[in-house]
Amino acid sequence: MMTSEKITKRLLFAASLIIVFVTAGIIFSLVGGAIPVFSEFGISFIFSSDWNPSEGKEEYGALPFIAGTIITSVLALVICLPLAFSTSLFIGEYFHDKKVAKIIGTLVDLLAGVPSIVYGLWGFYVLRPFIVDLGLSSQGFGIFTSGLILAIMIIPYATSITAEIIALTPNDLKEAAYSLGATRFEVVLYVIIPSARSGIVASFILAFGRALGETMAITMLIGNTNKIPNGLFDTGNTMASVIANQFGEADGLKLSALIAIGLLLFVITGIINGAGKLIIKKLSK
Amino acid sequence: MKNIKMKKVVLLFIIALTITSCQNGSEKVSITAAGATFPLPFYTLVFKKYTAESGILLTYGGIGSGGGIRSLTDRVVDFGATDAFLSDEKAASLPAEIVHIPTCIGAVVIAYNLPGVENLKLSNSLLESIFMGKITNWNNPAIAAENTGVSFPDMEISFIHRSDGSGTTYIFSDYMSKISTNWETMIGRGKSLKWPVGMGAKGNPGVAGIIKQTKGSIGYIGSEFAFSKNISFALVQNSSGNFIKPNLKSISASAQGDIPVDTRVMLSNSSDPNAYPISGFTWLILYKEQSYKGRSLKQAQETLNFLHWIVGEDAQAIAQQVHYAPLPEKAVEHAKQILKSVNYKGSPLLK
Repeated sequence: MMTSEKITKRLLFAASLIIVFVTAGIIFSLVGGAIPVFSEFGISFIFSSDWNPSEGKEEYGALPFIAGTIITSVLALVICLPLAFSTSLFIGEYFHDKKVAKIIGTLVDLLAGVPSIVYGLWGFYVLRPFIVDLGLSSQGFGIFTSGLILAIMIIPYATSITAEIIALTPNDLKEAAYSLGATRFEVVLYVIIPSARSGIVASFILAFGRALGETMAITMLIGNTNKIPNGLFDTGNTMASVIANQFGEADGLKLSALIAIGLLLFVITGIINGAGKLIIKKLSK
Repeated sequence: MKNIKMKKVVLLFIIALTITSCQNGSEKVSITAAGATFPLPFYTLVFKKYTAESGILLTYGGIGSGGGIRSLTDRVVDFGATDAFLSDEKAASLPAEIVHIPTCIGAVVIAYNLPGVENLKLSNSLLESIFMGKITNWNNPAIAAENTGVSFPDMEISFIHRSDGSGTTYIFSDYMSKISTNWETMIGRGKSLKWPVGMGAKGNPGVAGIIKQTKGSIGYIGSEFAFSKNISFALVQNSSGNFIKPNLKSISASAQGDIPVDTRVMLSNSSDPNAYPISGFTWLILYKEQSYKGRSLKQAQETLNFLHWIVGEDAQAIAQQVHYAPLPEKAVEHAKQILKSVNYKGSPLLK
């Protein structure tokens, strides 16, 4: 007879096994779908910036999309870092347990739950005309607008985790520092940040990962031009956005190229996560 | 990754349909089709009407021409829909011989946002210069030369094209290739292209949305969408040199010339002096031999009955309500002839 202990164990094992199968299945179908384009263009598919889907002139290179994805995500991270960090200090340390921190904390969580299409719409109707009014660009679409909207989208992620971790700093450590005559700023700089740094880094990596894969809001704002952007205010395209745009009418080599881009995005996200884990491991020693 | 997901969704849908149809007894037939989004408003209406009249459940998935061809290749639909006819090579890659049935004519209009400028006239050379980035400002004298009496502002031209693959882009680029050898050699034809200038937006609504919001913008939009929206569009010069405003009559005129028996022809740049030049058929595609993958005779028969109906008068009248030009008589004749050549186990389904 099976004990309840055994049944639970098997159920949990089966559930975990499904995850393994799903991941393996995704990798398998991505690799399988990407084979035609890699056998046609070889490794230069990754480094070529030529994307030409016209009949009889087909030429595929993923570099414009890799560049667009990395640039918008890094831009978003750069904008997000100071904002998210100061907000989380505000919530997690300076006004911890105060009403105002709770209200802001709730608002941050609320922002994290807004669907990305809503950010896209807001970006299209509010942010884009604003950028035109500022005279930064003639139609408002492009890398900068996309990076800005991405930053707004990932700030809640980075903020809420960082705030939690900052609040977790042991009180005796902080009190010890105060008793030695440290100012509040010094406590933040020499006690809180060192003790929370691995968690803080982890939260920003999570936010960066989300920026890499974001699709809808970017499609609406980046301008969808399949070339490496010339500057911050130029238009471009990202990996996720080109897949979402082109998949419907794609077949043959183009379909394979899109799947290959999906595979590359998968790999890049994997590398970022791996690097993040490595950093966390080093920092928490 | 996404296409597999799509396939699964289509498959699941078919399974669900099969299960529900089984419960209603084996005699009940349901027809599934998928493909082009260009004729979607027309298909949505006629499918609904036919279902109401015949009691046969018809479903259409607007998943794009590419998806339609894939679905037919995988034999998960009764027929597919496409905006660009399949080349001989492409048709040969399908598991069996297929036929094309034209259903209506759509056009592509050049929409623009330039306050105070009505009835903008665009000659072939202007189209080439603007869309290839040789003219970048509305105050260029070449534009004023074609539009006497109109004053153009000093404003940058922003060209908006489709970011997704689309039959609209195919018809547009086919026309551009016909009128400009520069375009043909440098850019060519396709459902999506390597654009020299401009930026992309998703779908007709996306392009129209940006044009409405952005002064100085110009782009191309499917006529069925443009006609239902309050948006300015240009008069385009046809092969006889006349500047033609796109409307159902001028679009229809583009199909007055000779049409090959298999109807696989791009109508753009018609020789008719009254024709609007950027237009094209949209087709349904199906296998010539309808007995495959365990399809019943009834299933095949009902599919053919519907296709015969869609090229007939009733359905063609509906096409006009949603801003598509109806098929000319000659095309209808050809379509009916093609339908008669469709077989079930070697014998024709329609008499």
